[in-house]
Amino acid sequence: MTRSRRYELLDTREINRETFVEPWPEAGLIVAESPLDPRPSLRMEGGQVVELDGRPRAQFDAIDSFIADHALDLAVAEEAMATPDLHIARMLVDINVPRQAVLRLAAGCTPAKLCAIMAHLSVLEMMQGLAKMRVRRAPANQAHVTNRREHPALLAADAAEAGLRGFAEVETTVGVARFAPLNALAILVGTQTGRGGVLTQCSVEESLGLRLAMLGLTTYAETLSVYGTEGAFVDGDDTPWSKAFLASAYASRGVKVRFTSGTGSEALMAHAEGCSMLYLEARCLCVTRGAGSQGVQNGSISCIALPEALPGGVRAVLAENLLASMLGLEVASGNDALASHSAIRKSAKLMLQFIPGTDLIFSGYSAVPKADNLFGGGNFDAEDHDDYSVLQRDMQIDGGTRPVSEEEALATRREAARAIQAVYAELGLPPISDAEVEAAVVAHASTDMPSRDVVADLAAADAFLASEQTVLAVVAALRRRGFERIAANILELGRQRVAGDYLQPAAIFDRDFRVRSGINDPNDYAGPGTGYRLTGARWEELQRIRTARSPRDFIAPQIGAPSPRLIELGPARRGSQTEVILAVGPAFGRELTRTIGGLEHDDVLAAILTGVAEEGLTARLVRVRHSSDCAEIGHTGARLSGSGVAVGLQSRGTTIIHRRDLPRLSNLELFPQSPSLTLESYRQIGRNAARYAKGERPTPVPVQVDNWARLRLIVKTALLHRRETEQVRDEPPVELGFDWEPDV
Amino acid sequence: MEDLPYPLREHAAGTLRAASGRPLNEITEAALDAGELTIADTRISAATLLAQAEVARRAGYPQLAENLARAAELTAVPNTEVLRIYDRLRPGRATHAELLALAELLEREYSAHRCAGFIREAAAVYLQRGLLRKA
Repeated sequence: MTRSRRYELLDTREINRETFVEPWPEAGLIVAESPLDPRPSLRMEGGQVVELDGRPRAQFDAIDSFIADHALDLAVAEEAMATPDLHIARMLVDINVPRQAVLRLAAGCTPAKLCAIMAHLSVLEMMQGLAKMRVRRAPANQAHVTNRREHPALLAADAAEAGLRGFAEVETTVGVARFAPLNALAILVGTQTGRGGVLTQCSVEESLGLRLAMLGLTTYAETLSVYGTEGAFVDGDDTPWSKAFLASAYASRGVKVRFTSGTGSEALMAHAEGCSMLYLEARCLCVTRGAGSQGVQNGSISCIALPEALPGGVRAVLAENLLASMLGLEVASGNDALASHSAIRKSAKLMLQFIPGTDLIFSGYSAVPKADNLFGGGNFDAEDHDDYSVLQRDMQIDGGTRPVSEEEALATRREAARAIQAVYAELGLPPISDAEVEAAVVAHASTDMPSRDVVADLAAADAFLASEQTVLAVVAALRRRGFERIAANILELGRQRVAGDYLQPAAIFDRDFRVRSGINDPNDYAGPGTGYRLTGARWEELQRIRTARSPRDFIAPQIGAPSPRLIELGPARRGSQTEVILAVGPAFGRELTRTIGGLEHDDVLAAILTGVAEEGLTARLVRVRHSSDCAEIGHTGARLSGSGVAVGLQSRGTTIIHRRDLPRLSNLELFPQSPSLTLESYRQIGRNAARYAKGERPTPVPVQVDNWARLRLIVKTALLHRRETEQVRDEPPVELGFDWEPDV
Repeated sequence: MEDLPYPLREHAAGTLRAASGRPLNEITEAALDAGELTIADTRISAATLLAQAEVARRAGYPQLAENLARAAELTAVPNTEVLRIYDRLRPGRATHAELLALAELLEREYSAHRCAGFIREAAAVYLQRGLLRKA
């Protein structure tokens, strides 16, 4: 086949490394509205559900039973099911309908009914709905902190930086399971260095997870997975009852619990039963609610590439976030696992959660490099920190983080690395050397770290668990070594565990270590002027990205001492010889002395005059004072020129060759790309102007085109033009003398 | 929520006690330095979990409230026992009779009536759905 050069190029684009397939309902490869999805139905008899989504109770599977008996609010179920889907869909986007009214009805909807409501909504409408239904008033964010070498000083330093960046929760995990207590310890000490009140978890199997919580090393758990079919549930080695029991077990130990579900898991486990991903997720969410989990991490999570392979996949993922929030669940809305090769696609997908704001926009923003992320690589990584800060600043959106200067980052990393070094020394764990501390302070990745004796560390981890030492030994160690602030933060977490306020929906701690949850800070969005608004000090904080500068000294490089070679002679007169006029702007050589490209004005004048002289003509110099506009400067010069030809030159370097008989906005040649102009360009401009003056037809001066110049220099361009315009006076042009001899 | 003391940390600090019985106000650096604190002094009590359950119930989160009430019961159950029960509740791990025995144990030893009822309900569903261990 003939190959198009363009299609050959398109083939190499990142987006074409993705897999895209057509829907196949029987295999569960359909994101929503599978022909095999049941129609919504609910029948009640004697206060009990006897039919759910087309299935009579006698044929209920375990999930149907659990939903019927635990999830549905039977007091409103009949009313909810009788309300048209479209009506509830419209309630979601109607600012006159409060969140509570939607929560009330959604509590009585069956999974199929919930999906039928979603079928009416566009992505934009879902985002509107999510902004209203989010549990907590202000959005927040969660980070993942791991590293491939499981280095404690690096874990602590990265956790501290994540805390300082504003992440409300930090999750770690293990490469080698036995590292769990030490990794949990490092994350705890690190986060409480960066900011007191960051919740932490270590994702490991349940019995170990519970032990870590019992020792006071973790405060939340979110890897309690649920599934939408019985087959997938059983393959996951659980039932709704076992998972609900586990949730109670965690809560009994003061641990905040969040379930995990997401589109695509059932298809991946070959147990989709021909149903759509969204329908099965709706069942998961009903189970989650029924089990009494305060929230869920959903948005496909680790299966994200599967819905994204299918049409409407990203929309369905947003729909599942919205469904969870409609059920009153805190939503940690995915965006964690690697979802795309394409930076365009991954960023576009993020916007669906970022713009409305969710309780936790990421259920794990990778605060480490991709290679160090033991969750399989993050969709956004430490390398994207500045991009993310800019997105918040661009849209005036609180994405749950804040920009951190290099100095702040280094300081908190050093404190955390020293603190974990002290804890290791006090608890008799294998020493962390000063060299390791210093490496962790400046490290980006674990490859920047010296290696440790893994065998000794693992033995110490085993011994630590066996010793029954708890977080209190850690607090005591920190106090003995002078880390009182970190110790105080960890002890306060202990008091908070006793109070249990963070077990409530969407609970996190703010920067003052005060709990913020759906109880004391519920989302009250009801249209413009209501709900959480990014204003005041927080907005100012998000504006101060580390690369933002004051524009006030932006043009300092263009301002030097006024040229002593340039003097004003008197009113400019009209010439009669075959000459070129070189007309400059009001600020030229005085208020501004260099072009935007950094060329001295004197040198630019000399170059143009040289070019004119090379063609055997002379040029007169005039300053235009009544306008800073390039065309007007040039045309004014042309009207004074004996030949009718002039070069117009703005102080920033933008140049025009003009002729008297042309309309003002026309020209012979225009050079708008002033940053690309060299002294050689200016010399050629002088030559061409002279040749026009002689009545010749020269080849236009070639110029380089730099596509990025405008992007890079637009602020400077604006400010240079502003300074030139400030010098505009309602006065006629003045003749200038320039102390220069032609070098020809 | 004005009628609720939430957050308890702020509004009920004077009356809150840890699982050990130590008052919240006595969980201090000084007590730690004096070697008085044990991990039970930083554990949540059944009474506090029930108070949080009530907060959740009144705020419109009945399932969360139920979960926290079950959790209150489980504060009395040792870690290993909790994990053992969890394992028995996984599919194919226990016979119907074993589940009922677990429920009875929870009631008898720990007065965990809600948890016991929950396990009996599971036993009935497991029986119907073939999720029990083949005896």
